[in-house]
Amino acid sequence: MSDTFTLTIDGKEIQAKPGQTILQAAEDAGVYIPRLCAMKDLVPHGSCRVCTVMVNGRPQAACTQPAAAGMIVESETESVQAVRRDIVDMLFVEGNHFCMFCEKSGNCELQGMAYRFGITAPRFPFLFPDRDVDASHPDIFIDRNRCILCGRCVRASRDLDGKHVFEFVGRGHEKCVAVNAEARLADTDIDGNDKALDVCPVGALLRKRVGFSTPVGKRLYDHKPIGSDIEHAGQE
Amino acid sequence: MAKPKLATTSLAGCFGCHMAILDIDDRILKLVELIDFDKSPVDDIKEFTGPVDIGLIEGGCCNEENVKVLQDFRKHCKVLISIGDCAINGGIPAMRNNIPLKECLEEAYLNGPTVHNPSNQIPNDDELPLILNRVYPASEIVKIDYHLPGCPPPADTLWEALVALLTDKPVALPYELVKYD
Repeated sequence: MSDTFTLTIDGKEIQAKPGQTILQAAEDAGVYIPRLCAMKDLVPHGSCRVCTVMVNGRPQAACTQPAAAGMIVESETESVQAVRRDIVDMLFVEGNHFCMFCEKSGNCELQGMAYRFGITAPRFPFLFPDRDVDASHPDIFIDRNRCILCGRCVRASRDLDGKHVFEFVGRGHEKCVAVNAEARLADTDIDGNDKALDVCPVGALLRKRVGFSTPVGKRLYDHKPIGSDIEHAGQE
Repeated sequence: MAKPKLATTSLAGCFGCHMAILDIDDRILKLVELIDFDKSPVDDIKEFTGPVDIGLIEGGCCNEENVKVLQDFRKHCKVLISIGDCAINGGIPAMRNNIPLKECLEEAYLNGPTVHNPSNQIPNDDELPLILNRVYPASEIVKIDYHLPGCPPPADTLWEALVALLTDKPVALPYELVKYD
């Protein structure tokens, strides 16, 4: 189909196809819009709001908002970046993110986002919530201290694995990812090969006995900011 | 002209960040040309000799003494910098923050699997600094001007930041020098 249309992101005209979200259209054009809950092959969730952009002057989640002809999108403006930074700051203080001993450190998208934004310290007081760890499964564990409630595991288990191992329970600060069993992850039908294990942006859902396999200096975000691959592809 | 003064301290930290200061290797000779150490474990000066230009804080506050030292640093230092994750977010000591203090002390002195404590007492001498209900990041006690994260911060991070401050340049660290691990 040649019925592409044009929209503008930060003054740059880009082409979009019908059915694409702003985030997808931007990505195809080599423009990276930061995101944590959105992921390729998963239905958009629109929950983390890190992909917030101004569309014709109103804030929208780029991962859920369909692209439309003539849209004026602002992404890398000072005010939008301030909103994103605040969200990332809040994600850090709302959980217990001990990067210094986390297996995901260096490959963590939350940490990568903070690095990209140049955050040296969150500007909000830390909450130090009481969260639990479920290490009952022989090959997999959940550390809810690190969970940012992006819902990627919920969607991946449901839509890619066809299993419904995870679901959200609770509201507000009590919201957490629960497992589809009486209490323990070990009693679900999750398997070490499930796609749900590859989607966690942080170190909340991990395979056991494979941590720290990549040395410092060779990890995803050691040298280049998160999103560099998309921006690099756009320059070619 | 007198050289600017630098003070450092380790509060609820492991001294790893101070090791990172030494990790600047032979640049420490240049550092000594640029500054004089005031109160610091590096030269073992115990009390401030007067106003100081830059203070480096390692570790958060887990007891009353930490708070007093930190407030003393704020009072004496024109620029105060948190170095390392413990000063910035409490770090490893802050892992006790969602466990009641009584439970922490009982686990450490009475119930822990490796505890040998025939008198069955939890230390509670007047000489010991009063332990706080939780560990507080430095910025929750006093105003902190700069944060240099890392566990510990890379030596290059400390060096670049100090040189920028001492030469009146903005502290603009390159991407690879801001890391949380």
